[in-house]
Amino acid sequence: MEKSGLNLKATELRLGLPGSESPERGSDKNGNAAVILSLKSFVGSGAKRVFCDATDADAKWVFSVSEAAAGRLFSPRGGGSSNNNNNNHGKVHVGSDSGLGGPVLEDGNGACVAAQSPKPVMMVQDKKSHEIAPSKAQVVGWPPIRSYRKNTMSSQSSKNDDDSEAKLGLGCLYVKVSMDGAPYLRKVDLKTYSSYIDLSSALEKMFSCFTIGQCSSHNVPSRDGLSESRLMDLLHGSEYVLTYEDKDGDWMLVGDVPWEMFTDSCRRLRIMKSSDAIGLAPRAMEKCKNRN
Amino acid sequence: MESESKRKKESPNTAELAVTASFPDEVLEIVLSLLTSHRDRSSVSLVCKDWYRAERWSRTQVFIGNCYSVSPEILTRRFPNIRSVTLKGKPRFSDFNLVPPNWGADIHAWLVAFAVKYPFLEELRLKRMAVSDESLEFLASNFPNFKLLSLLSCDGFSTDGLAAIATHCKNLTELDIQENGIEDSSGSWLSCFPESFTSLEVLNFANLTSEVNTDALERLVSRCKSLKVLKVNKSISLEQLQRLLVRAPQLEELGTGSFLQDLTARPYADLESAFNNCKNIHTLSGLWEAVPLYLPALYNSCANLTFLNLSYTALQSGEFAKLVVHCPRLRRLWVLDTVEDKGLEAVGSNCPLLEELRVFPADPFDEEIIHGVTEEGFVAVSFGCRRLHYVLYFCRQMTNAAVATIVQNCPNFTHFRLCIMTPGLPDYLTNEPMDEAFGAVVKTCSKLQRLSVSGLLTDLTFEYIGKYAKNLETLSVAFAGRSDRGMQCVLEGCPKLRKLEIRDCPFGNEALLSGLEKYESMRSLWMSACNVTMNACRRLAKQMPRLNVEVMKEDGSDDSQADKVYIYRTVAGPRRDAPPSVLTL
Repeated sequence: MEKSGLNLKATELRLGLPGSESPERGSDKNGNAAVILSLKSFVGSGAKRVFCDATDADAKWVFSVSEAAAGRLFSPRGGGSSNNNNNNHGKVHVGSDSGLGGPVLEDGNGACVAAQSPKPVMMVQDKKSHEIAPSKAQVVGWPPIRSYRKNTMSSQSSKNDDDSEAKLGLGCLYVKVSMDGAPYLRKVDLKTYSSYIDLSSALEKMFSCFTIGQCSSHNVPSRDGLSESRLMDLLHGSEYVLTYEDKDGDWMLVGDVPWEMFTDSCRRLRIMKSSDAIGLAPRAMEKCKNRN
Repeated sequence: MESESKRKKESPNTAELAVTASFPDEVLEIVLSLLTSHRDRSSVSLVCKDWYRAERWSRTQVFIGNCYSVSPEILTRRFPNIRSVTLKGKPRFSDFNLVPPNWGADIHAWLVAFAVKYPFLEELRLKRMAVSDESLEFLASNFPNFKLLSLLSCDGFSTDGLAAIATHCKNLTELDIQENGIEDSSGSWLSCFPESFTSLEVLNFANLTSEVNTDALERLVSRCKSLKVLKVNKSISLEQLQRLLVRAPQLEELGTGSFLQDLTARPYADLESAFNNCKNIHTLSGLWEAVPLYLPALYNSCANLTFLNLSYTALQSGEFAKLVVHCPRLRRLWVLDTVEDKGLEAVGSNCPLLEELRVFPADPFDEEIIHGVTEEGFVAVSFGCRRLHYVLYFCRQMTNAAVATIVQNCPNFTHFRLCIMTPGLPDYLTNEPMDEAFGAVVKTCSKLQRLSVSGLLTDLTFEYIGKYAKNLETLSVAFAGRSDRGMQCVLEGCPKLRKLEIRDCPFGNEALLSGLEKYESMRSLWMSACNVTMNACRRLAKQMPRLNVEVMKEDGSDDSQADKVYIYRTVAGPRRDAPPSVLTL
């Protein structure tokens, strides 16, 4: 496995019938559509299930998804606008034989698309091909948690819509972390970290081609905030920088305020290409000056 | 007692028979009244007519695992002297919204029968029953000796019903309201306990949300000198909790309210001393919105804790580890997966007496969150807690090797409930099915009574279960198996199987019908989203008249498929209160 950090190959959608070796993708329009399908996305509460023993000689069970639920199916990036139609009769095979090891999606054309999940399954968030929103479609009654507990947990966390990126639940502080060029988001709980170093190493593990550089080592800024030259040093030191969107909606470089102030105001994290981040430096300086 | 009854059973000698025949019934009844186990009593009642008669007159407690397996008439006819009733209603999957509303299990008909036949009824414990305010009012008004009400996972009532209980039950010792679908309109029910009322020993309203009158609560706690269990709800603040503790130093089980408040130094010291003063607390729960800052107030109390329930408290690994260091005597622990593997490592290091661990997911539906616990946490606990025998574990990844290690460390599992939250997920390291994991469990843990399986599973898992799980009584299966053979292995191989619940598996008619004779020895079978047809269900119903075969139809589904099937043995015949969506075949 290539250690480029994103491991696109492992997360590729492949074509193949359950139980067979998935052939290499040849004719796919988008060669690097790294999309991972989670089983959670394909069944809604009204899903119709039909069992076709006849279609599958191995008596593997297949259930088809109603049109409404299929609308929530996650579509491969290369599919384009015809995806909705294709997915109307999407069937899902679950429990494949060795090799595929994960849920298998059969699209309208009859080809099977397997989602490899050697690692914990993650949802892909692609805001561009956005016709189908995958995240909240779930299997009814799964995981098996009592309604009382479900209701209590959800009432303790604030509503999470697309714009409000920070989710506070039960004393946690989850913020979304996106990385330019990465196909998926992660979420981290800022409460689990006590310093920039902590956060930085955790993010490093998650997005292994990214380095925060020296940003974290001196976390208490001087009265004037970071000096311009120091900022340039940081930016030149690595390919990516860590930025965050604060309460006011401004994008700031991570590291220029004390840790507690940062966790208080951070709403979203973004690992940005340092070339894009140059413009942030002056703003960060301004804000620091204004605060003092 | 058991050996005495055994000796009597085994004696074939006619001389001895003559002795037992002239044994006065009253004496036999007194002897038998000392038997408490339901199974012993059932055995006793089968010995001979005299013993059957003596047993039925002496029985005071009855446990009914499926309220439709028997009718109120049959029950009251057989047992004239019942003072304590435990009833369970809906199938367990109703907890997860798989059972249509209005399905049944209404307590009211039972109460009406009891009012006539058991007017001296003292205790009622209900689980997954439909309970209305009207029923609670009826209960409060018709049973003057009524002492104990426990409602778990019930629905259909509101706080008005509780008000009726508080107002009229003069001898109430226990009110335990847990995880119900209750309409919580106001906390005024608590103020309905009259000022003259002093008998309360157990009060649990932790899962209600409305604010109660704290003065009324304080006065109640002050005058009920025998109060041993107090579990308050979130609306009770830290400061209020302190005042309650001061009034009830004899408490043995405590459920705190919200553990979040701006405490200045003095009130914090008061809180700490209040906790220190309650030297008998062995069970602690609640801790809603606990902030690490105030947890040290508990440290001294933790020394004697045997049961710590943090399942509604989102603690991180660090602060949880600091807390658990103070709990060396812990036997039961319920936590959220926010404590992560590191937190569980702390458990392994500090709680050698641990017997039960339940890890609940804080955010089960959000896949972007990659925290929670993994196989490592479970393994760490197994190394440190060799007495572990009950586990409920929600996780996002698992390996066969880890489970094998776990059961090697802890071979005494009686309850093994593993929930890998993504359906059909294989061993994440080897990409293989999780068959060998559960194979290890059933091969190693000969005392296993309850098993819940998850992950990618082939029929091999079920072959293992059928072959090795000889003491298995309850099995829960979801998104697993390959063919009918899987289910057949279980039905053929597990002699003690009582409850089998299956969802979203490729088991069909052949499997269903292979258990024809088996189902009468079981309490119930649930199959949903499997491969079963209506015709097969009809055939089953026809051949087995002592089974109720119920099919729940979903709107717009194929008429020939049986979407949800619930089969159970009964002496009461088909039920008459089923809603239109439930067909009794």
